[in-house]
Amino acid sequence: MGERAVTHARRLTLAHLWVAFAAFAVAAVLGVWQMWARSPLPAPYLTAESYFTSVTAHGVSMAYVLTTFMVMGFGYYVAETALGRPLPLPRFAWLGFWLGIIGSAMTAVTIFAGNATVLFTFYPPLTASPFFYIGLVLVVVGSWIWCGLMLWAMLDFKRANPGVPVPLAMFATVANAVLWLWTTVGVAAELLFQIIPAAFGWNESVDVGLSRTLFSWTLHAIVYFWLLPAYIAFYTMAPQAAGGRLYSDTMGRLTFILFLIYSLPVGMHHLFMDPQQSSAFKFLQMSFTALVAAPTLLTVFTISASLEIAGRLRGGKGYFGWIAALPWERPMVLATGMAFFMLWFGGGGGLINMSFGMNAMVHNTSWVTAHFHLIFGGTVVIMYFAIAYAIWPTLTNRLPMSPRLQRLQLWLWFIGMMVMTLPWHYLGLQGQWRRVATFNYSDPIIAGWGPWVIVSLVGGIILLASALLFVWNLLQFHSARAVVATDLRPIYALAVHPPERVPAALNGFALWNVLVLVLMVAAYGYPIAQFFIIDAPEAIVHRVNGRG
Amino acid sequence: MRADTEQEILKTELWWTALVIAIVTAIMLAIIYAGVVHHINPPSNIETIDPKTLHLTGEFTESNLGTRVEAGDQVTSRVVATQFAFQPQCIVVPSNRTVTLRFATPDVIHGILVTGTNVNTMIIPGYVSQVHTVFTKTGDLLMPCHEFCGLGHSQMWATVRVVPEDQFRPGPDGRASCDAR
Ligand code: HEM
Ligand SMILES: [Cu+2]
Ligand SMILES: [Cu+2]
Repeated sequence: MGERAVTHARRLTLAHLWVAFAAFAVAAVLGVWQMWARSPLPAPYLTAESYFTSVTAHGVSMAYVLTTFMVMGFGYYVAETALGRPLPLPRFAWLGFWLGIIGSAMTAVTIFAGNATVLFTFYPPLTASPFFYIGLVLVVVGSWIWCGLMLWAMLDFKRANPGVPVPLAMFATVANAVLWLWTTVGVAAELLFQIIPAAFGWNESVDVGLSRTLFSWTLHAIVYFWLLPAYIAFYTMAPQAAGGRLYSDTMGRLTFILFLIYSLPVGMHHLFMDPQQSSAFKFLQMSFTALVAAPTLLTVFTISASLEIAGRLRGGKGYFGWIAALPWERPMVLATGMAFFMLWFGGGGGLINMSFGMNAMVHNTSWVTAHFHLIFGGTVVIMYFAIAYAIWPTLTNRLPMSPRLQRLQLWLWFIGMMVMTLPWHYLGLQGQWRRVATFNYSDPIIAGWGPWVIVSLVGGIILLASALLFVWNLLQFHSARAVVATDLRPIYALAVHPPERVPAALNGFALWNVLVLVLMVAAYGYPIAQFFIIDAPEAIVHRVNGRG
Repeated sequence: MRADTEQEILKTELWWTALVIAIVTAIMLAIIYAGVVHHINPPSNIETIDPKTLHLTGEFTESNLGTRVEAGDQVTSRVVATQFAFQPQCIVVPSNRTVTLRFATPDVIHGILVTGTNVNTMIIPGYVSQVHTVFTKTGDLLMPCHEFCGLGHSQMWATVRVVPEDQFRPGPDGRASCDAR
C-alpha cells in the first residue's frame, strides 16, 4: 500500500471536526466566564443580558454544533474506513455540511445581536428572532442528509456483499442515524408548527403544554445521539488500542439496538414536575427509562471483559493484575478508563434524576447542570478527544505525535471535570437553582454557597486550559512529518470470534423501526392527543427581540 | 474471563444479562416503594386555566392570593408568577400541617422550588400547578423562580415564612399574610 490519497470522506471529516472543535473552544471560554459571573467574585461585562446571551451561545455551541458536526464527521469516516468503500454521493455530504455552516452562522448572529436570549431549550411562549430557529432547522436538515447517506452506504455495502455482516462500527453509526431521524421529529414539529409561525408574528398565542411535550420527545433521545460516538469508540476502538479483542460482537449489536429502542419513549421524564401530564404516563415513561440502564450496564461488562483479555495478553495476572498491565500510556485506553469512572458517578446521579419522587429534590437545580456536565461534558466529550487523537494521523497522513501532551490534556479534562462538578452537585442539593446570572450573596442562605462556587470556577479554569491544549495538540498534527499510510495501525478491533453470519435482525433496522413506532404511539400518542381533546388554553407569545 | 469458544462467551453474557435485569428490577421496585410509601408523587393534576383572564375572574384574582384556611381546616396558598415577581412576595404557612400550594401564570413558563424542602414544580401558562406538602422547619425559606423566564429571571424570588402552628393566626376571613399575622 502506497501513500493513501486524502479522500472525500477524509476531507469531509476534517472539515466537520474542525467546525465542531472550534465551536467547542469558543463555548469553553464562555463557560468559564459564566461560572465566574455566578460566583461571589466580581466578573467583567456582567449584565443579565450578557449572561443569558452567553448561556444561549454556550448551550447551542456545545449541545448542537459540537455534537452534530462531531457525529456527522465521525460517521463519514466510519462509513469509508469500516466498510472499506468510498463514500457514496459525496456532493450531498458537502451540501449537508454547508447547510450546517449557514445555519450555525445564522443562529450565532442572532444570538450575539441580542435577539435570541431564549437559551438552547427555547421554551415558548418566549420567542426569539425567527432566524435563530431557521438556523437551527438548517443544521438539522444538514444532519438529515447525513442520516440518508449513512443508510445508503450501509445498503450499498449489503448489496455488494450479500450475507456479510455489516461491521459493528458502521452498524452502530447507522443505529445513530436512525435514532436521530426519530429524535428530531418532536422538535421539528414544535419549530415548524408552533414556534416559527409565532416568531414571525403569524400566531399571537401558542399551546405551551403541547410544545413542552413535543420538545420532550427530542430531549432525551438527543442525549444518546451525542453519546453514541463514545460507545462506538468503546466497542470498536478501545479494545484494539489496548492490544486486545472485542469480547462479543453480538452484545455490541444488541446494545446499539437497545439504545435505539429505549432512548425514545422516555422523554417525559423531563416533565416529571409539569402539571400538564398525568402520573400514569409519567410512570410509564419512567419505567422505560429504567430499561435504558440496561445497554449501559451491558457495555460496562463487555468492554471490561475486552480490556481484561488485552491485559492478560500483556502478561497481567490475578483478579486485578490485568488492569495494571493495560497500556494506559495510550490516549484511547486512558480516556476509556476516565470515561468509565465518570460514567459511574454520572450514572448514579442519573438514577436519582429519573426516579419519580426524588426528582423533586433536584429538578432545575444546579444538580442537573452538574450532572450533564459530568456525563456529557465528561464521559462523552473525553471520548470525542480520544477519537480525534486516534483518527487525526490517518486524516492528515502525518506521523502520530508523542502522546505526552495528549495524556496531559486528558488528565486536565478529567480533573477539571471532577473539581467543577462535584461541588456543583452539592450546591444543587442545597437548593441552588440553575440559569441565574447573579446570586444575591447577601442572603444568609445563599452566602454559604459562595466558596463552593469558587471551587467550581477553579475546575472550570482547568477545563479551559485542557480545551485550549486540545486544539493546540490537533494543530500539531497538521505540521508533523508526512508518513506512508502503512505506518498507521488499523483502529477497529476484531471480535474474539468474528461473526461470519448474523441474523437479519442484527444486521439491519427494519424490525426495530416497527418496534419503535409501536412504543412511541403507546408512550406519546395520548399525551400529545390530549391537547387537542381538552382544548388547552393558549399562552400569549412574548418576543425577546431587541434588548427587551 | 474464559473466551475459548463462542458458547462460553454466550453463557457469560447471558449471566450478566440476567444480573442486569435483576438490577433494573430492583431500581424500579425502590422507586415504586418510595412513591407509594412516602407519597412522593409529582404534580400532575392537569387542571387548565386561561392565562389571558386569570387575573380578572376566579381564584387567582389579586384579592384571593396568599394563604387562606378553607373548609375542613385545609390551608391553601395561592401564588401568581409573573415576569419577574411573585404575587404575593411572601406567604405565611404553619409548620407540621398539610399545606396546599397552588400556582398559575398569566405570561411565560416559570417554576419554583423551596430551599431545604422537596417542594418543586413547573408553572406552565394554561395550567394550575398544585403541590401538597408539610413544612417541618420554621423560619424564612427562599422560593426562587427556577426556570428561565426572561432577562429578569435572576431577580425573581419570594419568601415562604413557616411559623409554629400556635403562632399561625388567620384573620376572621381565614386569611393570613406575612405583614399581619
Ligand atoms: C470549560 C468547561 C465548561 C464550563 C466552565 C462550563 C460552565 C457552564 C456554566 C456556568 C453554565 C451555566 C449554568 C447556569 O446558568 O445554570 C453552563 C451551561 C451549560 N453547559 Fe457548560 N461548561 C463547560 C463545558 C461544557 C461542555 C463540554 C458541555 C457539553 C458538551 C457543556 C454544555 C452545557 C449546556 C448544554 C449548558 C446549559 C445551558 C442552559 O442551561 O441553557 N458545557 N456551562
Ligand atoms: Cu419566573
Ligand atoms: Cu424565572
